[in-house]
Amino acid sequence: MANPKIIVVGGGLAGLSAVIKIAEAGGNVDLFSIVPVKRSHSVCAQGGINAAKNLKGEGDTTEQHFDDTVYGGDFIANQTPVKEMCDAAPGIIDLLDRMGVPFNRTPEGLLDFRRFGGTLYHRTAFAGATTGQQLLYALDEQVRRYESEGRVTKYEHWEFLSAVLDGNRVCRGICAMNLRTMEVRTFPCDALIIATGGIGAIFGKSTNSVVCTGSAQSALYQQGAYYANGEFIQVHPTSIPGEDKLRLMSESARGEGGRVWVPRTLHDKRDPRSIPEGDRFYFLEEWFPKYGNLVPRDVATRAIHRIVYEEQLGIDGQPMVYLDLTHIDRHTLDRKLEGILEIYEKFVGDDPRVHPMKIFPGMHYTMGGLWVDFKQATSIPGIFAAGECEYQYHGANRLGANSLVSCIFGGFTAGPEAVKYAKSVAKASADVPSSIYESERKRQMEINSRLTSSSGTENPFRIWRELGEIMTRNVTVTRYNKNLIATDTKLVELLERYRNINLSDKGAWANTSFIFSRQLYNMLQLARVITQGAARRDESRGAHYKPEFPERDDANFLKTTKAYFAPDADEPRFEWEAVDTSIIKPRPRRYDMAK
Amino acid sequence: MADTQTVKLKIKRQDGPKAQAHWEEFEIPYKSGMNVISAMMDIAANPVTKDGKTTTPIAYDSNCLEEICGSCAMLINGKARMACSALVKNLEQPITVEPLSKFPLVRDLAVDRNVLFENLKKVKAWVPVDGTYDLGSGPRVTPQKQEQAYPLSNCISCTICMEVCPQFNESTGFVGAATISQVALFNDHPTGAVLKEERLHALMGDGGIHECGYAQNCVESCPKGIPLTRSISRVAGQVMLQTVKDIFSR
Repeated sequence: MANPKIIVVGGGLAGLSAVIKIAEAGGNVDLFSIVPVKRSHSVCAQGGINAAKNLKGEGDTTEQHFDDTVYGGDFIANQTPVKEMCDAAPGIIDLLDRMGVPFNRTPEGLLDFRRFGGTLYHRTAFAGATTGQQLLYALDEQVRRYESEGRVTKYEHWEFLSAVLDGNRVCRGICAMNLRTMEVRTFPCDALIIATGGIGAIFGKSTNSVVCTGSAQSALYQQGAYYANGEFIQVHPTSIPGEDKLRLMSESARGEGGRVWVPRTLHDKRDPRSIPEGDRFYFLEEWFPKYGNLVPRDVATRAIHRIVYEEQLGIDGQPMVYLDLTHIDRHTLDRKLEGILEIYEKFVGDDPRVHPMKIFPGMHYTMGGLWVDFKQATSIPGIFAAGECEYQYHGANRLGANSLVSCIFGGFTAGPEAVKYAKSVAKASADVPSSIYESERKRQMEINSRLTSSSGTENPFRIWRELGEIMTRNVTVTRYNKNLIATDTKLVELLERYRNINLSDKGAWANTSFIFSRQLYNMLQLARVITQGAARRDESRGAHYKPEFPERDDANFLKTTKAYFAPDADEPRFEWEAVDTSIIKPRPRRYDMAK
Repeated sequence: MADTQTVKLKIKRQDGPKAQAHWEEFEIPYKSGMNVISAMMDIAANPVTKDGKTTTPIAYDSNCLEEICGSCAMLINGKARMACSALVKNLEQPITVEPLSKFPLVRDLAVDRNVLFENLKKVKAWVPVDGTYDLGSGPRVTPQKQEQAYPLSNCISCTICMEVCPQFNESTGFVGAATISQVALFNDHPTGAVLKEERLHALMGDGGIHECGYAQNCVESCPKGIPLTRSISRVAGQVMLQTVKDIFSR
């Protein structure tokens, strides 16, 4: 096929990276996004992006980056693609630099690097503390350039509803809904790239943006795509609890020297600044002398939970610990961390340059996602996935500053692979009978009319709050099988109650609660994948921690969880797949000593 | 007393671009740390007005809730600002909430601000790289240069600078401060400078930089503290030089 049509859904770092590669190769892209792409969740990434550029004379190498990533992920990531990503990372940084990202600089004008969790090297390039925003803007600008040349057509304020699959279950397009006119429409394509990001909304409050519901991934899972390693959920050790969300306090705060502590005695009433060193418990530094405050996120999160819930040492008995930057001079803080300090100041009201911040772990990231092969292809022919919505690079725990590089690398791989696939397809989407599109549109319209005609008593926002509460309580940091089973029972009950939903707004224009209700259904279905996957994995690995099974169990569980949807039973089924450990032999993961 | 505290809100509702606008009043329980967005989330979970009338959840744009995506700009107690960082405890009640007034209304508090993205196209707000293949590292940049560029690159496209600008209206067609500041950013970039003339020409005609009346509202309202007026003066100087250059190169 001479000039295939590619659709990309999602305009964060992964989606935009894919778009740029396709447009550069001369292809045409339709780009779909719920929000204007410049407002995508990638803007929230703060601390930086990893690449072993070795500009600090430490002897850092891409092999070392690869080893840190696989080790940090507790050996459950397939090694071949992880190695490719780490090898590509320095080139990605160079490209971003050429695109004009205002990275922080050394006096010589070179890129500056900071330390991040799970490594002993300065490997993280950064633009203040708003690196994600700066990276997204650079890619957004390149896409705008292609848009003005007519290579890219943006469909912003459109929600992905489903893929259009032909009789052979091959993807031939998408069905989407306009968030203003509420029009449901199908769009043909020869290949589809899904780059729809995270699933934070399943946990109610998280560090994620409002659009991160996982709805698109779940819709595809319900259409037959495998969903892999869903049980691995990252809870970030340092977030700021809030009424509407948990705001991230970047790992870069610790990378620049921030220290985590609590008073040694409960209910120490003194102003934290007046508590002498001897009366402070720097528990990460004491428990993990080699990595100190820069242990990986799962390790830091469990340590904070232990301090608060087992040792009963939370600040003033509350679930909070100090993250202290007050020993660092103001100018350094402003130059390297201003963006995140402002967030704390604006939303809490205290100046973290003067007062130690109060923080607590919050749901942050899903390591699991759509299953893809090493070329980013999902199990449905014609559908590729990149970014947080797929499972490939982070294993059981993602290292800080690896997400931005995985998004861009994934997009850079998915784009050309999608073009290659599309060119090889025997029949172009233009020759596919229109009835295939019409029947998918009809299926989606029926779902819509069931929703609007439903006249029960349930408010979708209240069902969502219950979903978030139980998922956060039972399926985040500490997991017990009894609670996981109870959670799944509750999810079935919520799905039952969902049928009895009553939309207080039945309007046919920009109806946000209607859209939300559609997303909610998909969240509930995906929550079952996460919960049941966690129940099945009777071991502890990375972010997945079961006190009843405290050790990693390679003999039984060094394998990828693959969930698929059983339409008749309306629930997930599970398979296992061997992990590619062809390069580094799995070894015990410890952070109290050097690797 | 704390647990019986309530929040009073007065929210402007409008079902669509052609519908009649009206006000609805709400009184909901106060929660510590509440902002205008979380208040509206609580209303969505229980959409009942102060008088006990059932209503619909409020339509508004939001995403990151950390004042970095630029989505939730609206008028709160008459002032254009981001709703996520508008903490209820700092606001006089009843809190009045209205959509931005200078952009086409979509519904309730949601407006269409696409004009800014179109303007960014007109001024070619990008660095025209040769390609994404490996061409080695970028140009060296002194820390001082980076510290100049970084604040300008922090613009979140919230359009508040356009909302508050007396010159931003249909009769002038003024592009607004955000776009001009991006011109300053890219003209200063060693590679971006290759498009400098084109950018300056784009700012010369109708709606260009000469429409600026130096009211300074933009710089006072910018939630990210971007030195917008400095950008405008710098670019105005560049446009002036370019105009002279154009005369002599004809």
